[in-house]
Amino acid sequence: MENNNVNTINVPEVKYTPKDFASDVDVKWCPGCGDYSILAQVQRTSPDFGVKKENMVWISGIGCSSRFPYYMNTYGFHTIHGRAAAIATGVKLANPELQVWVATGDGDMLSIGGNHFIHACRKNINLKIVMFNNKIYGLTKGQYSPTSEKGKVTKSSPYGTVDYPFNAIKLATGSGATFVARTMDRDPKHLQEMLSRAAKHNGLAFIEIYQNCPIFNDGAYLPLTEKETKPDNVVVLEHGKPLVFGANKNKGIKLDGLNPVIIDLEDGKNSINDCFVHDELDDNPTRVFLLARFTDIPGFPTPIGVFRQFHKTPYDIDLMNQIDFLTEKKGKGSYEKLMFTENTWEVA
Amino acid sequence: MVNEKKIQIKQVTDVTVKFAGDSGDGMQLTGSQFTDTTASLGNDLSTLPDFPAEIRAPAGSLAGVSGFQLHFSSSDISTPGDSPDVLIAMNPAALKVNIKELKPNALIIVNTSAFDAKNLKLAKYDSNPLEDDSLQGYNVIPVELTKLTMEALKGTDLSIKEKERCKNFFALGLMYWLYNRPVANTITWLETKFKNKPKFLEANKNVLMAGYYYGEMTELFTTKYEVLPAKLPKGKYRNVSGNEAVAIGLITASLRSGLPLFLGSYPITPASEILQELSKYRNFGVRTFQAEDEISGVASAIGASFAGNLAATNTSGPGLSLKTEALGLAVIAELPLVVVNVQRGGPSTGLPTKTEQADLLQAFFGRHGEAPLCILAASSPADCYWSAIEASRIALKYMTPVILLTDGYLAFGSEPLRIKPFDELPEIPVRFKVNPDDFHPYSRDENLVRPWAIPGTPGLEHRIGGLEKKHIYGNISYEPDNHELMINLRQQKIEKIADDIPDLVVEGDQSGELLILGWGSTYGAIREAVTRVKENGYNVSQAHLKYLNPMPKNLGSVLKNFKKVLIPELNLGQLALLIRNKFLLDVLQFNKVQGQPFKVSEIENKLVEILGGKNGK
Repeated sequence: MENNNVNTINVPEVKYTPKDFASDVDVKWCPGCGDYSILAQVQRTSPDFGVKKENMVWISGIGCSSRFPYYMNTYGFHTIHGRAAAIATGVKLANPELQVWVATGDGDMLSIGGNHFIHACRKNINLKIVMFNNKIYGLTKGQYSPTSEKGKVTKSSPYGTVDYPFNAIKLATGSGATFVARTMDRDPKHLQEMLSRAAKHNGLAFIEIYQNCPIFNDGAYLPLTEKETKPDNVVVLEHGKPLVFGANKNKGIKLDGLNPVIIDLEDGKNSINDCFVHDELDDNPTRVFLLARFTDIPGFPTPIGVFRQFHKTPYDIDLMNQIDFLTEKKGKGSYEKLMFTENTWEVA
Repeated sequence: MVNEKKIQIKQVTDVTVKFAGDSGDGMQLTGSQFTDTTASLGNDLSTLPDFPAEIRAPAGSLAGVSGFQLHFSSSDISTPGDSPDVLIAMNPAALKVNIKELKPNALIIVNTSAFDAKNLKLAKYDSNPLEDDSLQGYNVIPVELTKLTMEALKGTDLSIKEKERCKNFFALGLMYWLYNRPVANTITWLETKFKNKPKFLEANKNVLMAGYYYGEMTELFTTKYEVLPAKLPKGKYRNVSGNEAVAIGLITASLRSGLPLFLGSYPITPASEILQELSKYRNFGVRTFQAEDEISGVASAIGASFAGNLAATNTSGPGLSLKTEALGLAVIAELPLVVVNVQRGGPSTGLPTKTEQADLLQAFFGRHGEAPLCILAASSPADCYWSAIEASRIALKYMTPVILLTDGYLAFGSEPLRIKPFDELPEIPVRFKVNPDDFHPYSRDENLVRPWAIPGTPGLEHRIGGLEKKHIYGNISYEPDNHELMINLRQQKIEKIADDIPDLVVEGDQSGELLILGWGSTYGAIREAVTRVKENGYNVSQAHLKYLNPMPKNLGSVLKNFKKVLIPELNLGQLALLIRNKFLLDVLQFNKVQGQPFKVSEIENKLVEILGGKNGK
């Protein structure tokens, strides 16, 4: 019954290469910025997104991340601070055949744009929101952001912040997002995989990308991205697989009631069978919240991967179905039908 | 006895009726039923609902009085009437609130059942006005409306509350009898409304007829009135409120342009009906998006415009403030967008259900930077329809946001709209750019308008945004000269629209002592006032601005032809400020900021004051 979704009707006739998605504009992010990697991975994976180039649209708000559309050789709209999700919603509803991507940052999406973000998630509008989270305001030169850790010293918090940060995964999940994932600028393969999966998801997809700002928050994710420390600090979520991490896959996470516990898989007391098995299709968000909490618990690894993906008819498809249904039922609207209602009279 | 009653039928040219009662008494419904029936008889009419912001203020209280005023006539009229000839007062509060507005000797039909000690106290009456002498000078008809309604429903299985709620139909039936109108329209309406609730259908029908026959039987009335059809121009008509007219005007523009209509909207009084009305038209391909806030309402519309829909957003004052930043984006991105602002009393929450014209300067200047856009104002409920079409036409042709100003008075008021054949409507041609040869997103045509290349068009992939763009090419540019050039181009583009709008029409002599220059919803009151003073031998001309930015090209020369120019406005002088500035002209002001429209008499008195003794009789 559902309308065709974008991924099935727009199979490209031409085979694109990453170069086709690169615009001729000089990229102007700071040297070493994590955004370069994100751009490269998006361009690398775009040929596999299943849409014609002219049907891909990138919408952004304001911030370093929001310069993104200029560098993509697709349709793009660099809008105003915080409003990217709302503007993207209009684009998608005006033409549901478009694949609409949102490039945004932690300040743009979670602070000034918070209301649009939660409602886009709630309504399950078929947008692909890619949020670059560097836990800092970069373009305004170094104030703390809604994801900065409490106590962080920045230009606007010389004595440390007294704010508690948002956890974007929890916020998206709590708002009803049907695809929620996290990845990192310095893990290109994983980033590519998340982008491809978001592109193929039929509904709102949210990807939080941990992104390094070399100027104002350098090294914020260093323990997660460096070869030596990454295995102990990152757990990769894979559907149907147990939560195992560590250099030799020697650690696991099991559930003790509703509390996650780190277990040693080499101490003879625990085995891989005791580990929490990730089920991204579970539409009950309880376990997603458990996973999302890991970043708040000292000593726990940070999960990356798809936290959840489940199906709920996207807003745009329901809207178009309603239009189709009522057009069938009442007949296509015409000027006669519009103007000559039962209350019309004639003056001769 | 019945047979002995002699009823005289008296012809009158026009009547103003006011239905007033508690917010929950169904006065708006009663009024609109009487209006529909009156419209179908071919009278010209104009209505003014007047209700509190509170949904249900305490029953019987002065704050809870809801009214519906209807002016109908056998001649051409343009206001809902200054003072009612007839008041239907459902309770003491309704009487108290409305009595000061009535004409001398007005007919007052009172529901005496509601004049008990409790209601009198709630209405802050020290003594019962029906029993003291305070209503001398009026023609008071006491009717036990509630009691008679209950009697008419004896034996039905409705609860007491349900029975009591039918009393507005008794009043309606009585008014139908008194003004010689058929009940058939309302019965048809009831049959549709209560299709699946036969007991309510029967009850309301019975009460309606009971009211009608009561007029016939009671000794209280010896005269009934007749208002003959008006001599309106030939054609088909329907009655529209301003909000409804905006909605169907936008759909008409969608049909005329061939673009789907998108409305991004957030509910706000008095603009919500536009969203509600448009939501009914899914089979016209209308996409209404009830957004999470006002900002998302306009932002989603800007997105829809970028993607090639006819995009609109509607709001009222506080919402326009919230949309301000996004309007700047629409200006610099040069995207078509219709913004309907139904003005209400401000500032801040102000008077949400009342009318005002105080957002004109906000429409002009309420954005940071040099951010010109087109501004139109509708002059009557039916003109809201034509204005919505015109706003769409200009937005699409010139790739610009257009603010259409209406107000609470127009939004809720109604009048007949003459329906034109489709092929006589303004043309709204839209040409998307499809040819990739020589495409530059900010190149301009002879009207300085840039091409509209929508996503989905192969080969035209491009990026736009809120940052200043390089002339023609659209890439980001911080060059000083380019910025000034773009500022000037955007300004000139709006100014050039003046070539595409009609000249300002002066009604009356083209030069003389006094021109009265209005804009927006004051048209009707000004027009009737001018007619009256002319009948008294004064000479005055009228001109009314629909196009506020740009203004008609002949405005300057029109103004120069008069010794004096009077600008009446429901604000502290916003158009006056603009005209003074633009033409260095010492215009006279007449201002009222009470949340109420001008009365004809107020303008009439002002005109006489200015002209007094000069060329009057």
